[in-house]
This record gives sequence, structure tokens and C-alpha cells, in this order.
Amino acid sequence: MSRLNEANTKLAREIISRYPRPKSALIPLLHISQEQNGYITREAMQHLGELVGVTSAEVYGTATFYEMFKFEPVGKYLINICGTMSCALLGAHELMHHAEKKLGVKAGGTTRDGMFTLAHAECQAACTEAPTLQVNYRYRLRVTPADFDKLVDDLRDGKLGDEIPQHGVLAKVRQVIAPERAVGAMAPEDVNDAPAWLDGKAAL
Amino acid sequence: MSKTFSHAPGFVAGDRPKIVTSRFEYSDSFTLERFLATDGYKGLRAALKRPATEIHEDVKSATVLGRGGAGFPAGTKWGLTPQQVWPRYLVVNGDESEPGTYKDRLLMERDPHQLIEGCLIACYAAGLSQCFLYIRGEMALAQERVAAALNEAYQAGYVGKNILGSKFSVDIILHWGAGAYVVGEETALIESLEGNRGMPRLKPPFFPAANGLYGQPTIVNNVETLANLPWLMVNGVAAYTAIGTKTSPGTRMVAVSGHVKRPGVYEIINGTTTFRDLIFGEEFCGGIRDGKSLKAFVPGGGSAPWFTPDQLDLPFEASQVGPAGSMLGSGAVMVMDETTDIPAAALTLTHFYAHESCGKCTPCREGGTWLERILRRVVNGEGTDADLQQLLEVGSMICPGNFPHASNQKLGLDAVPFPYKMTTICFVGPSAYAPVHSALTLFRAEFEARVKKRVTIPVTAVGVSA
Repeated sequence: MSRLNEANTKLAREIISRYPRPKSALIPLLHISQEQNGYITREAMQHLGELVGVTSAEVYGTATFYEMFKFEPVGKYLINICGTMSCALLGAHELMHHAEKKLGVKAGGTTRDGMFTLAHAECQAACTEAPTLQVNYRYRLRVTPADFDKLVDDLRDGKLGDEIPQHGVLAKVRQVIAPERAVGAMAPEDVNDAPAWLDGKAAL
Repeated sequence: MSKTFSHAPGFVAGDRPKIVTSRFEYSDSFTLERFLATDGYKGLRAALKRPATEIHEDVKSATVLGRGGAGFPAGTKWGLTPQQVWPRYLVVNGDESEPGTYKDRLLMERDPHQLIEGCLIACYAAGLSQCFLYIRGEMALAQERVAAALNEAYQAGYVGKNILGSKFSVDIILHWGAGAYVVGEETALIESLEGNRGMPRLKPPFFPAANGLYGQPTIVNNVETLANLPWLMVNGVAAYTAIGTKTSPGTRMVAVSGHVKRPGVYEIINGTTTFRDLIFGEEFCGGIRDGKSLKAFVPGGGSAPWFTPDQLDLPFEASQVGPAGSMLGSGAVMVMDETTDIPAAALTLTHFYAHESCGKCTPCREGGTWLERILRRVVNGEGTDADLQQLLEVGSMICPGNFPHASNQKLGLDAVPFPYKMTTICFVGPSAYAPVHSALTLFRAEFEARVKKRVTIPVTAVGVSA
């Protein structure tokens, strides 16, 4: 059961239609697949290949380039601790050391109960708020060891369910384009003329 | 007076002109309602009331510099598309991931409509018929905020078919990244947007303006660059160029992180604000933490060669920072105080670029990894004197000839100007070398103290002609 389900297949087709070439939708579709299954499976890649018209090997080629796609199950909560310069200058290594002790796993590992995967991450674009981490890509800033302990306890107790969805759920709000408002995508070879508004006159 | 807001962590407002951060003080700045109440979409309306070519001319004469790293003027870039080749596309680079950089994410989370309005103005002016907004995958909140804003804007008639009832029609498609630093490079971004591995393309022939997305003319602009356009349209070229200097007009967002009292994201006056103002000024970072002294700083993101206190009085002006041996890059200053372990700090950056190498060019794929491994054993106290020489040799295979560095009075060093020669397609390879080279040139004693004084024969490849 790791092909896209019916609702997601419909969503996938809608997203594909936004692009001049179907393969452009591949990364968004991989995200939807990961959201559905928690990670990227062989069957999913086969299905996505069928949807965008490429081989599953091509899907695999693309998917394996990107850090966010996982090819085996990870914990419900993926904790990425930034270790790049600004964070390192303000204690990221010490934080990672503490996190490894608290969770009882080394970076890259998953706790036995399947709740947490701990990982090293690179710059998270929150450098002024170092040291930082992300849980399923939701930020925690200026994290102290005590903050980390509380975060883990709260996640275990299910207290952050509203704010932090399980791994794979990227964005809770999606773009929706009403058909009557859409211009619609066209293959580049089907467009030969300059856009209508380049007629030398004001548009309004 | 400096002011911070709990809803915009990191952002520090001051009594300076605000071009892109004017709405950050409102906790609901991302909503259409607040946007419309604060001059939102006024710039678009003003633009549509004039012919597209005039808008393009305005952006050219205002010299809106690219805020992504290279600092190339946006108006000039738009003009590089070949005549009468259609369609043309706009690709928005929201893949912010250069170490130290934190501004595009704030702009997307706090003021997504301003970005959308900027995209529309660019599409109108340059005749771009579809826009792809590529947002870094790890930025879940930015994805959500921009998606919600686009949904509102489509519904209200600001995006899509017949915008504001005019003949101007353009779709803006929100696209998700999935975690790869190199995709911030414009040709890699295009590869990724085509559904491929995000590996850079060789320029020439793949200059995006001529041969970009699907082989069509494509403009790739940074988020902050586009966010400047609404203000420019509302207030005019003269008001824009009245701020900053002739060659660096307007403002720019700069993130200052590391060992300062008040790290933060500041919108500063371009061209005139100096690094001293920024690091020590009371309205900015207020000096080094805990009464310590400044040892070194990275002036423009992890890729930039480092500066020492000798360069503090340089302004945010490319024509002065380049000859001094570095670059302004993406507006990211990382500050190190006297307690910083310099080899270890350099290692965090070299590790980053070695890890993020896409593997296409051998000097970067192999060289970056060598640099990291050698540097790591030096940091761990397992290096030798020969390793220090080896670091420079490996680096010279990524960047032959003189590598830029800053002048240093104490060491009697003269500056070697930026930029450098490189044997790779993009800047990831040279970026792995920049921190090693700067650290070794400016703080060699710290490395020598780390290595055992045991000299071994370096393992170097022997060329066929040798």
C-alpha cells in the first residue's frame, strides 16, 4: 500500500497540471508520497514514475539527491540539530552531545520505541537564534539542554501534536488554484508569441 | 531605538528607512488584510498603469542589486533575455541555505504578499509568463505562509487570469525543495525544478537568461531582490536611490550571528553602513559578548573569505569589499571572539561544503572531502606539519593561483582581491577552501600549535609529465 492513495493521486494530477512539463512535479509528489507513507518506498517511486512519465530509476535518481527524502522508516519525530558555524560557535556540539545522552542514541539513530530519530543538520537559516534545531522541520531556537529535555518530554506526552505533525507532513496549508482563476501551464513549444501585455501600452 | 518582536524571532527594527521590513512589526503582517491596509498591491497597481518597458527602465535606473550573493543588478539581468524568444519564465530563489544567512525566510514568513507583489511586477516588466516560487524544503512555515497568501491573492484577483481586470495574466506556482544547498545556485535550481538531481549546469551555454528552464529564457531572482520592487513602484526611483550610495542604493537585510551581544537581522542602509557600525554600533549588535574582543568575522556568508579587525571600517559596498579580499555575498556576518578555536570553526564550514558537494566536478567532490578529512585530523591533534601544506595544495587544485584574503597589518599581509579562479562549475568547491585558506593565512600559529611536529611525505598524485 505505498502507491499514492486515491485522494493523493488526484492531488498529484492537479499539481502535475501546473507545470509545463510533468517531471517538474516530481519533488512535490515525492513529498506527498513521504507524507502518506512516512518514507519513500519502491512502489511509490514506481507509481510516481507512471504519473509523470519517467522510469522508476529516474525517480530514484532524483529522490536520492535530496536530504529530506528517507528510504527507510524514521522516528515519528525527526530531530535535526544544526551544527554549522553560527550554531557551533554557540554550543551546537554540546547540545548534540546532550541530545545523544537524553535519547540514548547516537546521531543518525532512532530510539527503540520509534518515537525519535536524531540527526546532524546543516545551516537552518536561523543563525541569529543559535543554537537551533528542527523537529519535523518546525523550529526551536536558542535551545538549552533543559529546553531539549522539555521538548522531548512534551513530544512523548503528545503535548505538541497540534504544532508538530508526524514526520512526512511538510506543510499543512497547500496552494489551491481555482480553475477559473488559473492561466494554466503550456508546454514551451506551444507558446510562440510575446505575452499580451507587452503591446507597448499600460495594462490598466 | 532598537525593537524586537516575539512573532519575528531575530528581527531587530531600528530608526532607519525600511524598504522590505516595514510590516514586520505587525503580528498579522502575513495576512492579505494587513497587507492591503499598509499600501499592499499599490505598487502592482502603479506598475500596471504604465507600459511594461517603463517599469523595466525604472528597475534598471534604480540599480536594484541582486541580494542572493552575486550582487548583479536585477534590471540588467532582465535585459539579457534574447529578443523575441517566448515563453520566458521567472524562477524565484527561496532556497536560502548559505551558512549565516537568515533573511529570505523572514521575508517569506512575515510578508509573503510583498514577495508575491514583487514577482508580479517582475513578470509584468520583463514579459515573463509563468512564475515558479522555489522555497527551501526545510522551511515548513514559509511554505504554509506563502501558500496561504497565494490562495488569498488568487481569490482576490491579484494573481492568475486578468490581474486586477487587466490583460496581464500570470500564474505563480509554489514549488517545494527537498534539502540540497547546491540548489541555491541558479542553474542547479533550474535542474531541480525540472525534476532532476540538482546539479549545476555549465555556463556558457546555460546562462539562464538565454537558456534556462526547459531551455527557455529564464530570470532567476532572489526573494529579497523581488521584495524591493513594490516599494520602488510606490515611491519611485528617486526615493530609492536617495537611500544608500550610487553604486549600492537602497537598503539590504543583514543577519549578524555568533559572539555579539545582540545577534539579529537588521535592515541596513546599503553602501554606507560599515562592519564596525554593525558589530559595535549601539543600534545594532552592541559589541562583542562578555566584554571579549573581536578575533575575526565572516563578512558575507560561509563562502566568503574572512576579515579581521583591520577591515572593520569597510562599508557594505562591493567595490570596496572585493579589493579588500572578500565579498558581501548574501548579507550574513558571522562573528568570532577571542575565545574561538579557529581551526575548529573553519572545520564546521569546510564540512558543510564538502557535505553539500553535488559530486559533479571532481575538484570539489574529491578536494572538498580531502580538505575536510585533513582539517579534521589537524583539529583532533592528529595532524602533521605536512598536512598544513597539503591543505593549501588541495585547495590550489580547486582554485589555482592566488586565493583572495584580507590584509593584516600585524602579519604584514597585503590583500589579495576577490574573486578567484576555479576549476569547478559552481562556487561550492571554492567555498570549501575559503574558510581553510582564510584561517590558515590569518591564524597559522593556531594550526601549528595543533599539529605534532612530525613531517610525513604527503600523498600527492604524480602527474603524467612529472
